[in-house]
Amino acid sequence: MSDLRDLYQELIVDHYRRPHNYGPLVGANRHAEGFNPLCGDRLTLSLNVVDGMIKELRFEGVGCAISTASASLMTDALKGKTEAQAEAMFQHFQALVTGTDKAEAPVSLGKLEVLAGVREFPVRVKCATLAWHTLLAALHSVKQPVSTE
Amino acid sequence: MNAPMPNLMLDVARLRMDFPILSQMVHGKPLVYLDNAATTQKPRAVIDCMANYYAEYNANIHRGVHILSQQATDAYEGAREKVRRFINAARREEVIFVRGTTEAINLVASSYGQRLWPGNEILITEMEHHSNIVPWQLLCERSGAVLRVTPISDAGELRLDEFERQLGPATRLVAVTQLSNALGSINPLRRLIELAHGVGAVVLVDGAQAVAHLPVDVQALDCDFYAFSGHKLYGPTGIGVLYGKAALLDAMPPWQGGGDMIREVSFAKTTYNDLPFKFEAGTPHIAGGIGLGAAIDYVSKLGQPAIAAHEHDLLSYASEQAGAIPGLRLIGTAREKASILSFTVAGIHPHDVGTILDDAGVAVRAGHHCTMPVMTHFGVPATVRASFSFYNTIEEVDVLIHAIRRAQEVFG
Repeated sequence: MSDLRDLYQELIVDHYRRPHNYGPLVGANRHAEGFNPLCGDRLTLSLNVVDGMIKELRFEGVGCAISTASASLMTDALKGKTEAQAEAMFQHFQALVTGTDKAEAPVSLGKLEVLAGVREFPVRVKCATLAWHTLLAALHSVKQPVSTE
Repeated sequence: MNAPMPNLMLDVARLRMDFPILSQMVHGKPLVYLDNAATTQKPRAVIDCMANYYAEYNANIHRGVHILSQQATDAYEGAREKVRRFINAARREEVIFVRGTTEAINLVASSYGQRLWPGNEILITEMEHHSNIVPWQLLCERSGAVLRVTPISDAGELRLDEFERQLGPATRLVAVTQLSNALGSINPLRRLIELAHGVGAVVLVDGAQAVAHLPVDVQALDCDFYAFSGHKLYGPTGIGVLYGKAALLDAMPPWQGGGDMIREVSFAKTTYNDLPFKFEAGTPHIAGGIGLGAAIDYVSKLGQPAIAAHEHDLLSYASEQAGAIPGLRLIGTAREKASILSFTVAGIHPHDVGTILDDAGVAVRAGHHCTMPVMTHFGVPATVRASFSFYNTIEEVDVLIHAIRRAQEVFG
């Protein structure tokens, strides 16, 4: 039960209920789509990147609490970051939710760390990382939808 | 409502001991296995008889002169006879062993499908599993035939009026499920088949979900093809059955070529074997066939009416209890239903419900159940599905209901 409470922390439920940065982004210059066909989670990410810096980003779609909260927290965290910083955060986040960060010097991810509980639920890692893989696709201008399944 | 009295015809507590997997703990709680529509658990009798085949008389069938091959052939062909009796086919050679329902449907689409032409129509329903949609779409692409789809009502029942309207002289084939895996709806097969035969169409019944829960009598139904999988009938995965009327199967071209399906091979001309072997190229899943036979023995001993009565009690009780939970929406409320309780919980995604139920030891399926058109009809991306078997208990339903309420607390 403690694992379950670690997974569904209040902050995650809040971001699921009232996701931040949700909706279309006017003037976006990068887009990507994430889709996990087996579970049906789907999200579209739109960014406005100027001189290598993420000025603004928003998302839309349907998903479970984990994938929605992850997208919401990610969009909060990446505003004002450079593309290089965003890619580094992707690596750290990936390590956080898969539990492969233990040996390394922990890098603070701020509020994103609330998703660390996912590591105890391996089948839900794909939910937490869908937004992040969609972000990479947007930064690298990948046209076809990405999946984490 | 009070919990109904346990059905006296089945001693469920004793039957559960026949299933080794059911006595285990998961996440520190007793396993409550309610994912029977995905696959059923296997009784010891099935597990043992498969192990026994490998340990005692493993050999290839239909060819060896030695004793082990004869024993294996007898056991495999004995299983075919058990299937014949179980579905009441007229003849043993009408029972084709395949990998599962999906392969059975693909076999018909590939082989029988060769007689379809542009202008012909295939009629399916909105509640079909993807495996009873996609093979027909592929056939339509190959043949130029047109796929038509009979809609369902908001209760999840087939629109019989629409079905009748869509049938016509162009309809060559009707493919319909007996029991919907996503909704639990039971289709009025005899009526559908009668109507289809009235316009000269052949009918394939997808029995994957039905075979463990409903009586199956292919002669009484008068269906032309009937497909099911062993693993949803307490048997192993990788084995299933295509039943077909002998006259149809005889007239159909072979599907896969290889050993066992031939009579004589030369580079000038190859002649094909008789039914059922014409459609059974290659070494089959021998242990699987024998295991399926053992599963049929097991359920036949319990008796279909006793199984149906107990499962009916479980589903009625679960539907009432679940229906009383605020925010819970039942998906699929057909008058004729079996085994399946599909639902959504307001404000909680089905996958999150599934994770929280799993934490309580309750195994369910969360997703689209390979029926995306059904999800579209009800405007949901996915549902939670609890599916019952004769080995489930009223107490297990209570654990399920409690865990759903727990999910609402977590998301409170």
